[in-house]
Amino acid sequence: MYRYDEIDQRIVDERVSQFRDQTRRHLAGELSEDDFRPLRLQNGLYIQRYAPMLRVAIPYGLVSSAQLRRLAHIARAYDKGYAHFSTRQNVQFNWPRLDEVPEILAELAEVQMHAIQTSGNCIRNTTTDHFAGVARDEIVDSFVWCELIRQWSTLHPEFAYLPRKFKIAVSGSAADRAATWVHDIGLHARRSAEGDGAEQGAGVDGAEQGAVGFRVIVGGGLGRTPIVGHAIREFLPWRHLLTYLEAILRVYNRYGRRDNKYKARIKILVKELTPAVFAHKVEEEWSHLKGGPATLIEEEVRRIEGRFTRPAYARLPPRDAFLEAMLAADKAFANWHRRNVHPHKVPGYAAVTLSLKRTGAAPGDVSAAQMDAIAGLAERYSSGELRVSHEQNLIFADVRASDLHALWREIKPLGLAAPNIGLLTNIIACPGGDFCSLANAKTIPVAEAIQRRFDDLDYLHDIGELDLNISGCMNSCGHHHIGHIGILGVDKQGEEFYQISIGGAQGADASLGKVIGPAFARERVPEVIEKLIEVYLAERESEEERFIDAVRRIGIEPFKDYVYGTNHQTPRRNSRQLAVA
Amino acid sequence: MARIIKHRAVIQDNWQLLEQESGGSLPSDGDVVVPLELWMRERDTLSSRLGHIGVWLQTDADPSTIAQDLARFEVIAVRFASFTDGRGYTLARLLRERHGYRGELRAIGDVLRDQLCYLSRCGFDAFALRADQNPEQALSAFDDFAEAYQATVERPEPLFRRRLQPDPQRKAA
Ligand code: SF4
Repeated sequence: MYRYDEIDQRIVDERVSQFRDQTRRHLAGELSEDDFRPLRLQNGLYIQRYAPMLRVAIPYGLVSSAQLRRLAHIARAYDKGYAHFSTRQNVQFNWPRLDEVPEILAELAEVQMHAIQTSGNCIRNTTTDHFAGVARDEIVDSFVWCELIRQWSTLHPEFAYLPRKFKIAVSGSAADRAATWVHDIGLHARRSAEGDGAEQGAGVDGAEQGAVGFRVIVGGGLGRTPIVGHAIREFLPWRHLLTYLEAILRVYNRYGRRDNKYKARIKILVKELTPAVFAHKVEEEWSHLKGGPATLIEEEVRRIEGRFTRPAYARLPPRDAFLEAMLAADKAFANWHRRNVHPHKVPGYAAVTLSLKRTGAAPGDVSAAQMDAIAGLAERYSSGELRVSHEQNLIFADVRASDLHALWREIKPLGLAAPNIGLLTNIIACPGGDFCSLANAKTIPVAEAIQRRFDDLDYLHDIGELDLNISGCMNSCGHHHIGHIGILGVDKQGEEFYQISIGGAQGADASLGKVIGPAFARERVPEVIEKLIEVYLAERESEEERFIDAVRRIGIEPFKDYVYGTNHQTPRRNSRQLAVA
Repeated sequence: MARIIKHRAVIQDNWQLLEQESGGSLPSDGDVVVPLELWMRERDTLSSRLGHIGVWLQTDADPSTIAQDLARFEVIAVRFASFTDGRGYTLARLLRERHGYRGELRAIGDVLRDQLCYLSRCGFDAFALRADQNPEQALSAFDDFAEAYQATVERPEPLFRRRLQPDPQRKAA
């Protein structure tokens, strides 16, 4: 965990006082709703369909046991006993009372948490890889860079009223687990190779071989105009990170469209100017800022690094005999281990995903009791902290291999051991029509119906890796464009319909899904998904070929034909018999 | 313009603001803030008249168009059609930091108490608040936050550099 120092704490405390005063003036009629709205949004407070919704920041997804207990307490004392983890590594309360929000914020500040810039047209919470700091393919610990960006973006006086919201994602590893290609800015840590400096005219900027820097991607995004971003700089030496971000934001703040909120994101500006012209404007702006006082210094990077607590790793053998015995003896445990346990850079340790995707529970929802229990488990098994993934699950990053079986036994009764990470039922869904006033359609019952249809574990494992994402409207909070299968709620003459796309993906080979055809009524969705899966299982060349690979190889036509019945044949069965057959 | 905030105090203000549509009918003397277009058109006449001169800009103005003239203005005002128009914040920084403008920089239009802190960090030092705002009550807004992480016009060094300086004044503040 990053621990606040006095100044960090004071800034958060002062924000609470400021917001308390703003709320007081609003309730006293001194601050009109129009004047108050942008202020409350900058503090995560929406007024939506049934009640206010308060979004609390979990900077880069990292949260401690003490903080989680506080969230549980808030869920109990001010809400209906549960909270919702979003795809943005935030946590949301759906039923707080407006006049109590300042109190909630004060309670959060006591555990170094806040709701600053969790909504509104400003720089939002910076997100990253949920395996930061423990991944084997790590280049840098992205938490450190995210915290630097958090401080820089917190209450930034120039960028509080941007044309639209602004989201930055950082990946510190070779594999991109932070969806950096579909953010307003994506940063990929890299080590400079020979020539990086010269090529970019970086010259004396410390781009010596092996130095840390970032590939800078701009203008990606989902929403109603999904676009994969453009790399405008292949290597930005780390010292220049903040001045360069400042230059991008400044160009966006000046020239981004403000006349139409659907055209106001940076991706539209980049597209309208063309990436090359946009990049040129940024470089021009940067030429004035480069080397200025906001240029990062090594002392600061080290200071931030030093304020993170680190687990004290024991020296453990790389293989654990007890674990191996359990894996051999217990099939259910082995299944869970296969899906939900991930490699760790320190021998004898593993990272574990606690699934919030048990059938029947709304994706991302956790009860206060679960939060308390999870906080306790994190203390006992994983150095008292955990991460929220953008797949709306929780990660224990530092579990000893020898503890895995015990941990699994404890989380089973809590409903957190669904062995479905990376599988079809690990559905990502936004809150949708049950909570969100912008929704065209509900998402939670759709997720549940799909989970029920695919409740056969062997079948699920046979289908293999598959990301399924659901959004309740074009705002795409459920990231349906980058789901291997994406489901989007649409409105057809006042009725809830669902449009289905396939072929989207996140990560290094990110792509946007293609719509297969006209939308379906809700009852038909599980059956359509099943048909898509049938085509895949029949067409795949081997078990290694994932759903997404098959779509890429054969295109969407065979899927379309089968689903819409232009081809009434059941797909031909391939080489092997299916587990369900 | 009547009572405005300047340098964190409420003062009586005697500048006249000339609207765009006034068609250039200039009061013969006295201090006047003219629209940018008028300045561009009648720079010389304006410079030769009695009284001080200022110019006001829309938030989308390009500051480089007046970069050569800055020394001639006592006041530059930026008019916010809405307080959520963030361009005015960047414009202020560019005037101060890029073009070195040192005179009064005034926020006018939809300017409210709750934006004063950020506006002043971006280089505004005078504020003609929206008519329904109480300037005395707004003064406390400047102290909403004691510190800022970023490099700002008020404090050109970002916090991370200032932390390294053993500056007794900062501790006392
Ligand atoms: S995608 Fe639409 S329905 Fe879902 S949370 Fe976002 S705005 Fe609401």
